[in-house]
Amino acid sequence: MKQVFTSPESLKDVSTHFCPGCHHGSVHRLVGEALDEFGIRAETIGVASVGCSVFLYGYFDIDVIEAPHGRAPAVATGAKRARPDRIVFTYQGDGDLAAIGMSEIIHSANRGEGITVIFVNNTTYGMTGGQMAPTTMPGQKTSTSPYGRDITKDGAPFKMAELLSNLDGVAFSARVALNSPKNVIQAKKMIKTAFQYQVEKKGFSFIEALAACPTNWSMSPLDANQRVCDEMIPYFPLGVYKNTANL
Amino acid sequence: MTTVTAEKLFVKGNEAVAMAAIEAGCTCYFGYPITPQSDIPEYLSRELVKSGGEFLQAESEIGAINMVLGASAAGARAMTSSSGPGISLKQEGISYMAGSELPGVIVDIMRQGPGLGGIDASQADYWQATKGGGHGGYRIIVLAPNSVQEMYDLTMLAFDLSDIYRMPAMLLADSVIGQMKESITANPRPVVALPEKEWAVRGRTEGTLQNVVKSLKLGDGEMEKHHWKMDARYQELAEKESRWEEVDTADAELIVTAFGSTSRIARTAVSMARESGLKVGLLRPISLFPFPKKAYASLSERCKLFLSIELSTGQMVDDVRLAVARDAEVAFYGRPPGTGSLPTPEEIFEQIKKTCQACA
Repeated sequence: MKQVFTSPESLKDVSTHFCPGCHHGSVHRLVGEALDEFGIRAETIGVASVGCSVFLYGYFDIDVIEAPHGRAPAVATGAKRARPDRIVFTYQGDGDLAAIGMSEIIHSANRGEGITVIFVNNTTYGMTGGQMAPTTMPGQKTSTSPYGRDITKDGAPFKMAELLSNLDGVAFSARVALNSPKNVIQAKKMIKTAFQYQVEKKGFSFIEALAACPTNWSMSPLDANQRVCDEMIPYFPLGVYKNTANL
Repeated sequence: MTTVTAEKLFVKGNEAVAMAAIEAGCTCYFGYPITPQSDIPEYLSRELVKSGGEFLQAESEIGAINMVLGASAAGARAMTSSSGPGISLKQEGISYMAGSELPGVIVDIMRQGPGLGGIDASQADYWQATKGGGHGGYRIIVLAPNSVQEMYDLTMLAFDLSDIYRMPAMLLADSVIGQMKESITANPRPVVALPEKEWAVRGRTEGTLQNVVKSLKLGDGEMEKHHWKMDARYQELAEKESRWEEVDTADAELIVTAFGSTSRIARTAVSMARESGLKVGLLRPISLFPFPKKAYASLSERCKLFLSIELSTGQMVDDVRLAVARDAEVAFYGRPPGTGSLPTPEEIFEQIKKTCQACA
């Protein structure tokens, strides 16, 4: 019998700690497939961040550096400058990238570092138990916004894919979602394009992946998936915000 | 690698650090401007790129130390430099490097504090440098030059010790040593047997096993094991890498002790005391971590009087008191940071006389 569906070589054959219905596993898989398809697994350095994405080294069969909270783009900058012949990517959540690590992401992007950033936006701090994140939506209740996010006090959510696309150093910026087969196929294409930018040395590439966090949203996996469609995508529109080389 | 023949140069302390870094094979420098150390990034922005290295002015001190972390994890010799307020910001990254067993050199040209303080010389960051500085309970190698020549030599030593012991190393000087000019001999990099960086993250093409550089240790007993491993490394450092200088200690009845810029002034005061017939010697720690405890213990078996001189209200004196024999007296004279507050040799000589009289 012909095997038509296998796990990417870039991923280890292990169970993850991710909750049922979480989209991290899907993003991991798509990144793994992209590394496989470009044949770059053996020359790739991953930079893990703090949060649910910290266990990157447990799931990817690649060399990994674990960065302090928010600092992954600075750590990746150091690694890429030391080894410009390597493929370097960071994998960060919304608290990590858009709150404590805002300075590092903005400046790495503005310098046009030759790295790829995979940003998983699930509108909450997952690992610490569902607190308000910089991308928590207006009115969204979390464990530290029990009355709902009040944009007059907390500000409005950051739209990172749009924000970074305004910087001259950014070559590619796109937002994707994992809530439907159609969106997964599109996300795969975008993630591949992001890595293609790095492989072809065409500059800094950024992917924002809208993701479900059923546990911290107190929803079933199906309802969480629906929330991505009904609430997140209208506020964080999917699409390519910058594509300088038209890849 | 560029080869520097031993030539006489007349340079600033900070420039000597930068020159030595290039000679030591540092290929990645990441820094941020702060007085009184900005000569280091200025020099390296001109010269490091000429030898094929990477110079990057980071967005922040936090960015800079994390770039050092990344470059070091990828196997490069990497360095950053700063002063008090910037070193405080770097503590997060230094703690992660200590937790991840990463080498890397941090140059701290001390200025006054706390807070924004001032730009004149101070030794009030002794505790921050030698007691860990960041969270979690760790130590880093700390070397304290007292001349421009030592700024050069100890920078190279810092890179070697950092690689050998897989922990961050700090060069701790102050604005006096950083800003003054002296003639030095630019010695070529010493030949030292360095371990292969088999742990470095380089991609899997160069090795078969997955390399992971991390400080998260959640396994059963993993964290405790790490702490004891580090503790053993600190003991080994104390055994093998304690460095100090002694002047006129053989028959001394009082031993003055000071590090860095203060030790230069103290040395003149010790000469004055000798000329006036007082049996006084100088013990200068060169490595502050490991602190040369054995030198103090051994001298205090015979000499029972010590005087610690510092540009602070007293920090190193704690370590001196712990290191000397129980029946030895340790006096202290300090000039905490203040504009133009360096003690004069005469001032220290007065303290020497007072200490001798008090204990006579």
